[in-house]
Amino acid sequence: MIALLIRDLRLALRAGGGFGLGLAFFLIVAALVPFAVGPQAAVLSTIAGGVLWLGALLACLLSLDRILALDWEDGSLDLMASAPLPLEALVSIKALAHWLTTALPLVLAAPVLGVLLQLPQAGFYWITLSLAIGTPALSVIGTFGAALTVGIKRGGLLLSILVLPLYVPTLIFGAELTRRGIQGMDTSTPLLMSAGISFACIAVMPFASAAVLRVNLR
Amino acid sequence: MSLWEYANPKKFLALSGRILPIAAWGAGLCLVVGLVWGFFFTPDDYKQGSTVKIIYIHVPAALMAINIWFMMLVTSLIWVIRRHHVSALAARAAAPVGAMMTLIALITGAFWGQPMWGTWWAWDPRLTSFLILFLFYLGYIALWSAIENDDTAADLTSILCLVGSVFAALSRWAVNFWNQGLHQGASLSLDKEENVSDVFYFPLLVSIAGFVLLFVALMLLRTRTEIRARRIKALIARETLS
Repeated sequence: MIALLIRDLRLALRAGGGFGLGLAFFLIVAALVPFAVGPQAAVLSTIAGGVLWLGALLACLLSLDRILALDWEDGSLDLMASAPLPLEALVSIKALAHWLTTALPLVLAAPVLGVLLQLPQAGFYWITLSLAIGTPALSVIGTFGAALTVGIKRGGLLLSILVLPLYVPTLIFGAELTRRGIQGMDTSTPLLMSAGISFACIAVMPFASAAVLRVNLR
Repeated sequence: MSLWEYANPKKFLALSGRILPIAAWGAGLCLVVGLVWGFFFTPDDYKQGSTVKIIYIHVPAALMAINIWFMMLVTSLIWVIRRHHVSALAARAAAPVGAMMTLIALITGAFWGQPMWGTWWAWDPRLTSFLILFLFYLGYIALWSAIENDDTAADLTSILCLVGSVFAALSRWAVNFWNQGLHQGASLSLDKEENVSDVFYFPLLVSIAGFVLLFVALMLLRTRTEIRARRIKALIARETLS
């Protein structure tokens, strides 16, 4: 399992694209928003939390088809599936690698981009915390979507149609957590719900992902 | 004699061929009676005026939108557990009907909301969760049409339906928490004292029956079409082999 994780991390770091691409996309989205809504600090600071969440979500989404599609194309997915490692573990590791290479940089970059969007002082802590809690769910759900569409040529658009509705609860509670944190309201409910959704997804979604992957490898 | 006999396509075709005309004519009758009665022979509401009459389309459509997804969940489960092809095809046949019902509920709701709430759309929990439900329908239909192999498609869509159901329910509670509602509460519950007045209630029941029968007719028709399409495919495959 660790060998597989290291392999995926290495591939993401060395084989061009992938790794920095999500981050660059996130930067561009954050930079484009002021052009769209105007540079007034009052407007920007109210929407900054939501925009950062949306940008992180889209950046995650863009990198999803790399989770399994490349391994599917060159056949290494078949090899991994016939290895003694259960498929559930395989998809969990894939999701973990995706989180480490795509989502974690986003979490770390979010406060920096918050400066561009006039994020209020209290927001830096909350955006980092809410993204750190919410993004594992995005990776795990995304792996399910990737497993679902792995056999389909040009499945990228389909992948986003399938995955985005599944992201709704995570987005609602994550953005709500940021909003409440910035306004100094009670944050325990969205905090617990985000954490609950993430942990439940980590626990249950690998079984669904492995099931659809088995169908696709048949 | 058990329900599972109708997993046999031939028996299913025979039975559904007998039910289909009854359901279709019943749907037409109930819809005409319910809608004409509702539109022309019920009084205007003292506050909402004649806009109240949208209830005869909006409520049954919304009811069907949720229940069709539930029916797809059940048929998907049957496919996953017992692998009856008719079941998977019924889920496939029901999906576009459900998507249309969701769309009808959303659009009629917007027409009613414009004069009553002063807005076509509000981010109310019910409205939002219906929009999300519509997105789930779209994804489900898109996945069916994207995959060539029928069995693979049936497997993948049924798992998507199971996972989607969990997330749709979760989204429902999430949006409830996220924003306070503008939409009124339930007014047709069987266990509550205060319901919509009987004057509106009975034509509404007829209209709901019409929508249910309409769905049954459309679903059976589409399932029969799917079964026959499969047969043609099998025949062509046999021809090319020999």
